[in-house]
Order: sequence, then structure tokens, then C-alpha cells
Amino acid sequence: MNLNATLIGELIAFTVFVLFCMKYVWPPLNGAIEARQKKIEDGLAASDRAEKDLELAQKKAAEQLKDAKVQAADIIEQAKKRAVLIVDEETVRGQQEREKIIAQGHSEIESERNRVTEELRKQVATLAVVGAERILEREINQATHSDIVEKLVAEL
Amino acid sequence: MAAEEVTLSSHIQHHLTNAKMCSTDTGLAFNKACADSGFWTWHVDTLAWSIGLGLLFLWIFRSAAKKSTLGVPGKFQCFIEMIVEFVGDNVRDTFHGKSKLIAPLALTIFVWVFLMNLMDLIPVDFLPAFAGLVGETAFGMDSHDVYMKIVPTTDINLTAALALGVFILMIGYSIKIKGVLGFVKELTLHPFSSNNKLAMVFLIPCNLLLELIALVAKPFSLALRLFGNLYAGELIFILIGAVGLMQLPLHFIWAVFHILVIVLQAFVFMMLTVVYLSMASSDNH
Repeated sequence: MNLNATLIGELIAFTVFVLFCMKYVWPPLNGAIEARQKKIEDGLAASDRAEKDLELAQKKAAEQLKDAKVQAADIIEQAKKRAVLIVDEETVRGQQEREKIIAQGHSEIESERNRVTEELRKQVATLAVVGAERILEREINQATHSDIVEKLVAEL
Repeated sequence: MAAEEVTLSSHIQHHLTNAKMCSTDTGLAFNKACADSGFWTWHVDTLAWSIGLGLLFLWIFRSAAKKSTLGVPGKFQCFIEMIVEFVGDNVRDTFHGKSKLIAPLALTIFVWVFLMNLMDLIPVDFLPAFAGLVGETAFGMDSHDVYMKIVPTTDINLTAALALGVFILMIGYSIKIKGVLGFVKELTLHPFSSNNKLAMVFLIPCNLLLELIALVAKPFSLALRLFGNLYAGELIFILIGAVGLMQLPLHFIWAVFHILVIVLQAFVFMMLTVVYLSMASSDNH
């Protein structure tokens, strides 16, 4: 149990072991651990970031969808209004056209009637005169009584 | 009865004796021939087992270091890295300076001392009996002349060597951080100090005595704590081994308890080393 040369041997062995450990064992092991810790940390940070990005994108997409819906509703509304407007306009225009055509027809009919009336009147006058001439052929001079015939024609 | 007592005590004595080697005028001599060779005696069993276990430690950890990857580590690598991280965390918590030496030193002490303590759990008679058999058949020796003490930490030479190494580092760190003058001041101007120069002349020797005792007590306590715990444990294992069939439950209980002791002693040695070196390299005295 006394101290002896073993102590020197062990001291040397201890020193060598520590030096070897310091040079070839600790740095690679500790380095690997630290590098892996860094990697895991980076990975976790990246996944956090990605999650946040995803959330943001989802929010954005939802917003855009809402916007699009509103816009679509707007457009449909406008289109409906426009359709109503067009129908109204067309209805008014059709009405006007119809009235115009009817008025035109009326006026045409009127003028035709006038013309026919005039013609008939003339023919009646002529007929009356002819009739009268036939009746009075002998007793009345056409020239003396033409004013009465004229008056009759005007009265028709 | 008396004869049995002699046998038992010689049995115990046999277990607690190291295999010795020394050089004499006629060449290398062993064991009893070295009884009066003084300091230049080598405990070959302590040396062989401790160096063998040290190499085992370095081989295991070096092969883990070579295979270490940044990717998913294997189970072996996980286990080794767990130990490394455990030691690293303890060192970082305790030692606040920057040093490339402390952490590997702590790892070496922890694992090496643990492995040497672990030899204590091998039943006490296995390896010595085997060595005796080998000595008897291969070398024609009397098996009682073959000594084999397989737990190196029960040899005060080993624990003293570790403590001495730590002590040298303590002195080295003190001088490196505080300078020779700072170290001397630390030893002489505390804990008592006075503004009176004459008083200081009387106080300095007192301080020096106190601080030197405190300084030297550290390696002594390191060496003796480890040695004492393991030597006592080994002695009890030997005693348990001598009580017949009853030794089976007793041995089991003591071995389970010893699992705690061997880890704890390795850890304590490591932590105290780190603490002492941390104290040596801190300037805030």
C-alpha cells in the first residue's frame, strides 16, 4: 500500500490518455454533437417559418376567394341591372316604333282615303253631271246649270 | 479454529496484495523478492489493468468519434454522445473559463475511473484464481505466489497519480491565469490582511500555512476518497466471499449498492477536478 514507482507509471499513462482524448476523441465527438444540434435548431426554425408561411398563404387565399366572390356578385348584379335596363330601353323603343308605324299607317290610310274620296267625289260629280245631263239633255243647257252641279258636287 | 483464522486472514491478505515487480542485481524480480526494494517497485497488475482499461476507453470513444455522423446517430453513437454531453454539460456549468483541456480531462477521468471501479463488480475470486491457475500450469509457480488485484482504483498509487496530475494542473492554471506573483499573493494575503505593515509580517506566514494546507488538502482528499471508497468496498466483497453459501444474497445486495458507488465515485472525482481547476483559474479571490 506504500507509494512506489507505480505512481509515476500511472501519472504518465494518465497524461497520455488525457492528451489523446483531447486531441482525437473530444473534438470530433463534441463537434458532431454541436453540429447536429445546430442542424436540428435550423430545421426547427425552418419548419416554424414554413408553418407561418403556410398560414399566411392560406389567409391570403381565403381573402382572395372572398374578394373574388364579392366581385362576382357585383358583376352579376351589374349584369342584371344592365339586362333590365336594356329590356326597358328596347321595350320603350319598340313601343315608339310601333306607335310610329301605326301613325304612319294611319296617315297613309288617311291620305289614301282622302285621295279616294276626292276621286269618288269627282266621279260622283261626273256621274251626277252625266246623270243630270241624261235627264235634262233636252231641256237644260249644260253651261247654264253647271254652277248648280258644282254646288252639288261640293256638298258631297 | 486458529488455523482457519490464519487461512482466512491470509486469504484476505492475498487478495489485497498487488503483483510486484522490481529490478534487483540479478535482473527482474517479482512479488516477495521485492519486499524491501523500496520506491522502485512496480505494481504490474495495477499498471496492466488500468492501462488496459484506459486503452479500452480510448478505443471505444475513438471509434465512436470516427463513425460520428451529422445525420441520425446509431444507438452506439447515441450512448457515447450521451456520456460526452453529460460531461460537457457539467463542465460548462462549473468551469466558466475557456479551456480545451478541461472537458477532455473530465471525460477521461470519469470514464476511466468508472471502468476501473467497474472491475469491482467482477466476483473477487474469478480473475485472481484464474491468474493463479495460469501461473501454476504455465510457469510452475505456487498459486499462492501469484497475486492479482484487478481493481486499479484500490491501489493508492493510481488514485494518487490521478490526484497528482490534477494538482499539477491546478498549480499550472493558477500561474497561467494569475501569474506567479498573483499566485503567491493569493497564498499569502488571504484570508487575513491588514493595512499595518508590521501586522502583515506576522499575518503572512499564517496565511501561507493556511492556504498551503487548503491547497494540498485538495489532491489528498481526491486521492484518499476514491481509494478509501473502493478499497473498503473491495474488502467487503472479499469478506462476503468468505462466508459460504450465505454470500450469494449478500454479494447481490452489496453489488447492487456498489453499482451506485462506482458511478458516484467516478462522478465525484470528475466534478471535484473541474471545481478545483475552476477555482484555480478564477481571479476573483
